[in-house]
Order: sequence, then C-alpha cells, then structure tokens
Amino acid sequence: MSDRYSVFSLIANAFTGQKGWRPAWRDAAPKPSYDVIVIGGGGHGLATAYYLAKEHGIRNVAVLEKGHIGSGNAGRNTTIIRSNYLLPGNEPFYEWSMKLWEGLEQDVNYNSMVSQRGVLNLYHSDAQRDAYARRANSMRLAGADSELLDREQVRAFAPFLNHDDARFPIQGGLLQRRGGTARHDAVVWGYARAADRLGVDIVQNCEVTGFIRENGAVVGVETTRGPVRANKVGLAVAGSTSRLTRHLDMRLPIESHVLTAFVSEGLKPLVPGVVTFGMGHFYVSQSDKGGLVFGGDIDGYNSYAQRGNLPVVEDVCEAGMALLPQIGRVRMLRSWGGIMDMSMDGSPIIDVTPIPGFYLNCGWNYGGFKATPASGWCFAWTLAKDAPHALNAAYRLDRFRTGHVIDEKGVGAQPNLH
Amino acid sequence: MRLPCPYCGLRDAHEFSYLGDATPKRPDASAPDAADAFHDYVYLRDNPAGPMKELWYHSAGCRRWIVVERDTRTHAVLGATLASGDAA
Repeated sequence: MSDRYSVFSLIANAFTGQKGWRPAWRDAAPKPSYDVIVIGGGGHGLATAYYLAKEHGIRNVAVLEKGHIGSGNAGRNTTIIRSNYLLPGNEPFYEWSMKLWEGLEQDVNYNSMVSQRGVLNLYHSDAQRDAYARRANSMRLAGADSELLDREQVRAFAPFLNHDDARFPIQGGLLQRRGGTARHDAVVWGYARAADRLGVDIVQNCEVTGFIRENGAVVGVETTRGPVRANKVGLAVAGSTSRLTRHLDMRLPIESHVLTAFVSEGLKPLVPGVVTFGMGHFYVSQSDKGGLVFGGDIDGYNSYAQRGNLPVVEDVCEAGMALLPQIGRVRMLRSWGGIMDMSMDGSPIIDVTPIPGFYLNCGWNYGGFKATPASGWCFAWTLAKDAPHALNAAYRLDRFRTGHVIDEKGVGAQPNLH
Repeated sequence: MRLPCPYCGLRDAHEFSYLGDATPKRPDASAPDAADAFHDYVYLRDNPAGPMKELWYHSAGCRRWIVVERDTRTHAVLGATLASGDAA
C-alpha cells in the first residue's frame, strides 16, 4: 500500500479494514553517529531535520527528544500564524514562514489544518492607529498583505466585539487576512512523518545530558540512551536552551519565563480567525472543536515550572471580558503553562556559534509557533552551509555585542517586558 | 505566589515588580574591558533551573528593593533580604 495519504489510499483502506496503515514515523533507536544531530523534537527541531533532508540532501540526521515529540511548547501554544511584524530584520523572515505555511500541507502530505481566516489587531487610539499604519506599510514592503480597517470595517468583520466600550472603544484594526491558525500537533506529526520518510531518525525518550568535546569542538552528545556522535549539533529546545548550554559554559541573552494559555468549553462558532485586544494583552481564536483559545502576558518572572500563577489568569480574563463581555458565563476548561525562551530584544537567534560544530536556534519568546517552518528552513540552511541565510542573517548571536538588536517593542534588555 | 518582604511580611506577588537576576553587578565603566563587561552585565544571563537570587521591588508596599531566593522549577520561595544589605 502506498505511503502517501490521498483520497485513493483512504478509499483503498476503507475496503481492507483500515489494516494498510503503518506508523507515521519509526520509533528509532540512536545510532552511534550521524552527520547532524538536532536536539529537540518540537516543531522547530523536526522542521529543521525535514528541510536538512529535503533541501540539502543531508539525510543521516537524528532528532533527539527527551519526551515524546511535540510534548513541549509545540503542544502548548495558541496555534496562531501571522507575519505582521514591523522591523526589517523580522518581517521578511516571518513572511517566508507564512509562505511555507501556505504550502505546508502539500509539501509534507499531511493535513496541518492551516486556516487563513485573518488576524485582526485592534486599535483604540489615534497613536495606536498611526503605529499600525506604519506596521501595515512595513509589512507590504516585505511582500505581506495588510489592511488598515476603520471602525465600521471592524464592526462588519467582527460584529461580536464590544465596540463601544466606555473606556476603550474600538477605533479600527490592522488586519492580515492571510494570518490565522494551524493545528499544532498535526504540524509536529506532519514534519515528523515527512522527515522520517526521508531517512531522519526520530529518537524519543532520549534526553541529552551533556556534550562530547574534542579540541574545543562539539562532536556529539551524551544522552540517557548512550553517547551519540555527529559532525554538527543543532540546538532547538526553546525554554530549555540555557539548561543545555550550561554544559558548554555558554551564557546566553535568554531568560526562561512561563506563559499561560487557556481554552474554554466548546461553543458554537463565534470568533473567525484571531482577534487581539489593543488595550491589554489578550488574543483569542476559536478551535475547530469550538473552544475559545486565548492568552495574554507572561507571568513576568523566571520560571521553568510549566505553570503560571493566578494574577495573570485574572488579568487575561479581565481583558477578555473587556473585549468580549458575552463570554462572562463561559467556563474555562483548562489552562497550562509553557516555558518561553525570552531573549533580551524580543527576537530570536538562529546562528552558528563560537564553538565549532555547535549551532543555536533559540530566543523565540512567545512567538515560536508561527515561525516553525521558516525557523526549520533557516536553521537547516545554517547547519548545512555553516552560515546564515539572508532571511536569518539578522538573528545573530553577537548582535547584542554589536548593537544590532531587533527590538519590536522598544523596551530594551528586559525579557519580561517583550 | 507570595513573597516574604523583610519589612512588610508575606505579601502577594502582585504588589511587587520584577527586575531579574540579582547576580550581575554593574561593572567599572573606566576599566579597559568595559565594553565586554557591560555586554555581559546587560545581556548575558545564567538563567538557572533551580534556586535563583532575583531582584523584586515592593512597589505597592514599602518601596524597597529586595533580593528573593526562589526555585525557578517550583516557584518555592527560599528567603528574602533587603537589596541594600540593611537589616530590616
């Protein structure tokens, strides 16, 4: 039976008792050595392995994951995809990510449920409108789509919002119609399956506990399943980055913080696409099951605990009530925390490092999900060519030393404010 | 989460503002390696998973800076002193 998912394989399996399917990826045991090891079996790590095999022909690759794939931030985010950034270092990268999202399902032959129903950022003041107009223009300069909506257009697009709030009436919004959501787990599974088909070993329950060094270079890793050697080792472990670079005596411009996300009970269709409040940190979308998926600020202090505290729960729910008063009686089903690798300027790092054989992909703050395809694509390029691609050329590790920081919010070296 | 302010006692974390790691010390600006030292001081962090000393400001209380030792894996607070080094 064909490995390729299609309507024909679906029909054929329907007539043969669904017995023709095989696991979407092999449960590989680690080999003694590889060309490239990618640490971290989240979206970014798996995408990196996939693009290494597909774009660069490097198929002797292992992805090492301490738990099961997608069990970290890849399974804990709010699944928003968008490319509505301002700065030249960021916007082309995120727009490339958006383009990869648009072709992802065909590319990896997996339904990632990419749903481009629009991302609407609301503004509530003249100054905010001006800032969004500038951002909309900057997006267009990078080839992305953007529309500045006035009050009536927002009312038509999202009639269910609290437009006439006494304190923060909605004046308009910045809409990116190509933005939306994707199914986070399916993204992980799709990349895993596609990478596996190209020969990549996905090794689960294999925690990296240290690095093997020779003449200063990284030549492999120590794991809970024995040592594994490689010519190149790439790190894509988000909030756990500092835990691993500690073994290399490498201090990074990164702090780990906890971000809480929430989901409500299932409702009938209410929110199309994604809406963000402009007078408090709150963003909401609705899953295909009907639950409102929403979130807000990070807790604001260093944490590896994967759970937040009540002040942020209260803050997020207050902002939600200001924007959508009708959800006041809706029950919150679950909330959960993920560990964000907050960088000192709010932008990521995809770069070679001063240590030969060691490559870094980190600093995603709380915007890593939307970047998954481009992050993998650019990190694969960086690993294969020993140099960054033009799209991630600004995401240098040494930009903090040289002053070329990419600070979208302009708040300075204070990770809990990004 | 509640923090044990040396002046005010156990208070809700809501009353405090967070600065971050209390370990980095402002380097000497006139030293020959000041550029490197300031890069380290401003940008690089140990980011420990475990006990960490960090600066909190009791903005809705006594308005003193305090150094709290807290386990970043569990949020358990292990102790607090005034950042000035004074006794409370």
